[in-house]
Amino acid sequence: MNELEHPTGDPYGAKDGKDLISGITVFPMEPHVPRKADIDPKAAVRAERQVATMFGLSSLMIILFIVAFIKVPADQLITIPVIGTLNANHLAIGFTFGMAILLIGLGAIHWAKKLMPDEEVIQERHALTSTNEERAAVQSSLQRGAAESGFRERKIIRRSLLGALALFPVPLIVLLRDLGPLPGTRLRETIWDKGIHLVTDATYKKIKASDIPLGGLINAVPENLMEIEHEEMNLNQRGKASIIIVRMDPADIVSQQGDAWDYQGILAFSKICTHLGCPTSLYQQRTHHLLCPCHQSTFDLSDSGNVVFGPAARRMPQLAITVDAEGYLIAQSGFNEPVGPSFWERG
Amino acid sequence: MSTTEESIQAPAHAAPTTKGGAVGYYIDDRLASASFTKRLVDKVFPDHWSFMLGEVALYSFIILLLSGTYLTLFFNPSMTEVIYNGSYVPLKGVKMSEAYSSTLAISFDVRGGLLMRQIHHWAALFFTAAVSVHLLRVFFTGAFRKPREINWVIGTLLLVLALLEGFSGYSLPDDLLSGTGLRIAQGIIQAIPLVGTYVAMFLFGGEFPGTDIMPRLYSIHILLIPGILLALITVHLIMVFYQKHTQFPGPGRTESNVVGFRLFPIYMAKAGGFFFVVFGITVLIAALVTINPVWLYGPYTPSQVTAGSQPDWYIGWLDGAVRLMPNLESNLFGYTFSWNILVPALVIPGIMFTALGLYPWIEAWATGDKREHHLLDRPRNAPTRTGLGVMALSFYMILVISGGNDIIASAFNLSINQITWTFRFLLFVIPPLAFVLTKRICLGLQRRDNDKLLHGYETGRILRLPNGEFIEIHEPIGEAEKAKLLAKADVVPMELPSAVDANGVRNPKAAKSIARAKLSQWFYSDVIPTPTDEEMRAAAEHAAHELHEAESHLKEISQH
Repeated sequence: MNELEHPTGDPYGAKDGKDLISGITVFPMEPHVPRKADIDPKAAVRAERQVATMFGLSSLMIILFIVAFIKVPADQLITIPVIGTLNANHLAIGFTFGMAILLIGLGAIHWAKKLMPDEEVIQERHALTSTNEERAAVQSSLQRGAAESGFRERKIIRRSLLGALALFPVPLIVLLRDLGPLPGTRLRETIWDKGIHLVTDATYKKIKASDIPLGGLINAVPENLMEIEHEEMNLNQRGKASIIIVRMDPADIVSQQGDAWDYQGILAFSKICTHLGCPTSLYQQRTHHLLCPCHQSTFDLSDSGNVVFGPAARRMPQLAITVDAEGYLIAQSGFNEPVGPSFWERG
Repeated sequence: MSTTEESIQAPAHAAPTTKGGAVGYYIDDRLASASFTKRLVDKVFPDHWSFMLGEVALYSFIILLLSGTYLTLFFNPSMTEVIYNGSYVPLKGVKMSEAYSSTLAISFDVRGGLLMRQIHHWAALFFTAAVSVHLLRVFFTGAFRKPREINWVIGTLLLVLALLEGFSGYSLPDDLLSGTGLRIAQGIIQAIPLVGTYVAMFLFGGEFPGTDIMPRLYSIHILLIPGILLALITVHLIMVFYQKHTQFPGPGRTESNVVGFRLFPIYMAKAGGFFFVVFGITVLIAALVTINPVWLYGPYTPSQVTAGSQPDWYIGWLDGAVRLMPNLESNLFGYTFSWNILVPALVIPGIMFTALGLYPWIEAWATGDKREHHLLDRPRNAPTRTGLGVMALSFYMILVISGGNDIIASAFNLSINQITWTFRFLLFVIPPLAFVLTKRICLGLQRRDNDKLLHGYETGRILRLPNGEFIEIHEPIGEAEKAKLLAKADVVPMELPSAVDANGVRNPKAAKSIARAKLSQWFYSDVIPTPTDEEMRAAAEHAAHELHEAESHLKEISQH
């Protein structure tokens, strides 16, 4: 049963019935109980057939897979109770392919469990530490190598080498320089400016103040976003300049970030959460609370966009607005604080 | 020199007798691989269901490599804007990135493409889950102890890499959900003191989102991280092979042997078959259960978001931590410290992973245990460790649940504010409770084990004696059970050293060793010793006597 006799003369490496290392009591292995297939040739034949059936079914599944891949239409949907509606081709090839693989696995395990020997064997562990002689030998080899190199004595070589090796990674870091531009003032600026029209987010339509109902909310962007819409990186500007416009009863406005930044109860705020930059999108008319769906930071738009709950630390920046001669909403100026999440240099 | 002559002169070999032998001889003539191959083929692995958890992780990784390679044949990680014109009607004519449109093409215009995408995503979920549960198995059974500490650290690195690999992967389709995840990641990077703004600018090639992030993330996802993962997994396995697997205590199992089955043929068939089982189940689930239906989310734009945005499960704890953190931010010397981001997204994970990686040394320092361990601990027999593990796990679980606080709020119609406050509170209350409770349960189970050793197990046979007394017959437990229960090595906490030596001179290192001894006594507090041989013999005699009396009563009754 055991592959080699243990030096102590005990098959388990124990002494006086106790483990040499941990001192726990060692019990002998239990006698092997033969399985049905070990003693009954009929049972063995049955197991053999079961295994072969699984392997055979696997091959059949591969054939069905090829048929399904070619024949089952890729644009047809089928609905299965509980699971839902699936693409027929996807389901057919997935099922046959999955079953083909699974059956190989089940067959192999069944084979191992029923027909291969199930008597456990004992194998000795080898020492995971070297002898003192081996350690001394490697130590003297290392010392010989160090002495031959003269690494210790030749101080100038050693120090100049260490210096050179310390500088060696510098180019690797410098070479990353052109991955992107320096921050500059990018994070502080948006394309909003004095007199720019507020236009609807998707369709770029100017917004007439009188068209906004009390309690209404409009997602908006600056009109000049349209000009760069076909340029690369236009999403960068969209990611900073997006705003939401809400209208509330002027009597409900507790405070604003600047004097008369509203227009008859119409307020414009940045849409980009000051926490981690998600677009805030859930507005509760009754409380004037704006909620960010990512981490639930909540801002009170009737009270200067101040944070009332959640992890955001800064109020939502407000955009001062008014109307042009025809009654369309325009910006009084750009944002006068950076929008979006905080950054180190923000101050 | 004679040795040189010998080595250039090939030793005379007998001719191979079989075709397989001929191949073997050919290889052996070039690699001298015979003895290694013999060791490999004869290698014994112990059997236990929990040892398959690491296998699931390994096989999921192989499935990820295979399905991922397929996806690269069709996926285009470009952020160039295109007008979608594929076969998914609801998005026809919509402006989107090539990354998103090629993901839609894989899902709708490549036969088997959706299957492969879903295999890849499901396998990623299984991979991270298997890695995590495998880690718990190794922790709670003490398999990380000497000599396996280095492999534990490699495992910890594998976990971190698995999370990064998962995140970089599900960010690639450039749909509305994944873009939101990237936006959050960018915000976190930007919050890093000193270098954050620069790192974010360089990584994204400018401001968020830019047009560089997808191609860059792609090379990170398909080359950089998988390369490191593959290398570390290889080292991880070589070390398991070289150090041999740990085993649970039982009859014949000792610290110096391995009891189990040989690699060839048993584990070839069992483990090889298990690969096909894991693969097959992954394919079947991918065929039946839709995962990450990116076509429903639409293309990414930084001005839109879906309510109830949830990351994949393994990022949930980070998201939960970010949600729970109160809104602290300070401005010092004109610079911004975003504690509300830094603490949950960097400091807490940093502490958690560092503590995880260093745990083998922390425990060894606290216990002073320098022995090798190849027999696993039953979790109950290491109550302090098990308590600490459950404590950390409960902390982690509260973070995971907090990551879904909005889902809980809408599902149960509760206030999000109250839920968040409740979790903030529970995060500090539950873990210590979990520690105390787990430790008590472990000690209770140990007492029960001792009862079994001393008094046997309860048979359920109740006897009524002539004097009216009821007794339950106990039978001694079997040898296998006894071997398992008696495998608890007794531990001795370190003694408190004196602050002064025999001559009354102050020991300068006393403070440190006193702290260590106190830690050791805390770690080993409430030790329940296993019954001694004498105690068990006495108990056995007592039980035999009791049984004998009961049986003679029975005889009397039947004779009357």
